[in-house]
Amino acid sequence: MRQTVINIWHFYQDGFRSMTLGRTLWLIILVKLFIMFFILRLFFFPRFLDSPAVGDDKEDYVSSELVRRGLGG
Amino acid sequence: MLEHIDTSLIDWSRAQFALTAIYHWIFVPLTLGLAVIMGIMETAYYRTGDTFWKRTAKFWMKIFGINFAIGVATGIILEFEFGTNWSNYSWFVGDIFGAPLAIEGILAFFMEATFIAVMFFGWDKVSKRFHLASTWLTGLGATISAWWILVANAWMQNPVGMEFNPDTARNEMVDFWAVATSPMAVNKFFHSVLSGWVLAAVFVVGVSCWYLWKKREKKFALASVRIAAWVGLCAAVLSAWTGDGSGYQVAQKQPMKLAAMEGYYEGQQGAGLVAFGLLNPAKQTPQDGVDPFLFRVEIPKMLSLLAERKTDAFVPGINDLLKGGYPLKDGSVALSAEEKIEKGKTAISAFAAYRAAKAAGNEADAEVAARVLKENVAYFGYGYIKDVNELVPNVPLTFYMFRVMVMLGGYFILFFIVVLFLAYKKDLSRMPWMHWVAMLTIPLGYLAGQAGWVVAECGRQPWAIQDMLPTSAAISRLDVGSVQTTFFIFLVLFTVMLIAEVGIMLKAIRKGPEQLTMDN
Repeated sequence: MRQTVINIWHFYQDGFRSMTLGRTLWLIILVKLFIMFFILRLFFFPRFLDSPAVGDDKEDYVSSELVRRGLGG
Repeated sequence: MLEHIDTSLIDWSRAQFALTAIYHWIFVPLTLGLAVIMGIMETAYYRTGDTFWKRTAKFWMKIFGINFAIGVATGIILEFEFGTNWSNYSWFVGDIFGAPLAIEGILAFFMEATFIAVMFFGWDKVSKRFHLASTWLTGLGATISAWWILVANAWMQNPVGMEFNPDTARNEMVDFWAVATSPMAVNKFFHSVLSGWVLAAVFVVGVSCWYLWKKREKKFALASVRIAAWVGLCAAVLSAWTGDGSGYQVAQKQPMKLAAMEGYYEGQQGAGLVAFGLLNPAKQTPQDGVDPFLFRVEIPKMLSLLAERKTDAFVPGINDLLKGGYPLKDGSVALSAEEKIEKGKTAISAFAAYRAAKAAGNEADAEVAARVLKENVAYFGYGYIKDVNELVPNVPLTFYMFRVMVMLGGYFILFFIVVLFLAYKKDLSRMPWMHWVAMLTIPLGYLAGQAGWVVAECGRQPWAIQDMLPTSAAISRLDVGSVQTTFFIFLVLFTVMLIAEVGIMLKAIRKGPEQLTMDN
């Protein structure tokens, strides 16, 4: 079992080391993921139902919204 | 707090979602189709042992890798938008989407991440058989991921297998298999995936013809053209067949979308399909009496055949769908839009009454309200419609995009037949005009796929979930300015990433397939 894990480790290690174009692609992937999760997600795409305007009772908030938009008032 | 939802908020949020989805769909179909083409090439290597096929497969794998790397995770932004811009919708459908998206996430991560590593790192390190299996399983993983995403999309077009729970204000899944195998989902899956195969085939033929035009890599290019053209021809023919199935499903479940696709206002028996037509811009509303066409060429009775599988069947037009009163298959009479709106308001009132009764601990009143809600819940979304004409999608956009998709689908069948004829019976390498045709066909492959999605998504407006929830009820109460800001951030970000992809891909194509040594 231990040897299998080591073999898999070496498989990936060798693979990553021998990359040429792959290094550029991985850099693009990491920059993209950073932008998505640490900039867009945190600063531009907060979960609306977790915002203070909604409060703790999300189902009550959504229900009220659904009723108000349908019936007014 | 805003009392009414600003329509520009809906428009900008839809535009932002459309931008993200369009960008996402640039990468997905090429991934799905290239996986098949390179799988066939590696299978040829496995069966013959000829390193030419290994070299060929490795080149297209490199292109696959570039496309995969730039496209990976672009779909995650759509999920961000669900949580931020479409929070009511997310809450409303949460339990339905949870299972398919969780399965998709697990499969996408484990299956693709595992086998794609073997595919790229495993040449000469694992057996030929295991490597070949990994290549095919990479493609299968991507295809299964697509299945679950399309199941979620199909549910929005035709919500089945769920019940609305007024206690949680959510739809809850009661029949997983009804959701996972609905005819809408099955047709959508095959039609979308096959369109991806067509795009990839067009792409491979086009790039290979560039080599022929440059008088480079003749053997490699001709072999790639032959495999891709066979894949493309089969996929294009099957795509037309599944498109017919999708059309039938649309006729059954989303008749307003079908009517918009055809610019079809007044229903009739033995309705014809518009082969070519120019819509009349003077037509402003369904009720204005203006002829919707400046000119049209119809295929007689074809719309009835497509929609009902009978040449003399009645197909309702936009005005019939709004006015109701025509007989349905089950023997009942179709409700008018106003009657549906009334039922929708009854459902919403019952929902409000149920929650009020529950809050007051009045179980008897809650039971009565629950019964009324259940009787009318199928029309829940109509309660948000203020004017019956809101139920009509953008007819010109849907009509023209449908024709773009269908005509390009027909063109691709012809294109692949010609390519195969020239590749087998003539010397394709000496036909620069055909090289240019093939290269110029690449953007048409992308256009056809995007046009199809415009028909599917714009054609179902105003619904976020068909008949259950319009976009005006699905959207979060956000500031329009913040949505505009993120729209332009995405536009810049996506443009930069697309330029990066095209640049890297062109560089790889210019370099061409690498020479293999005896060792590799």
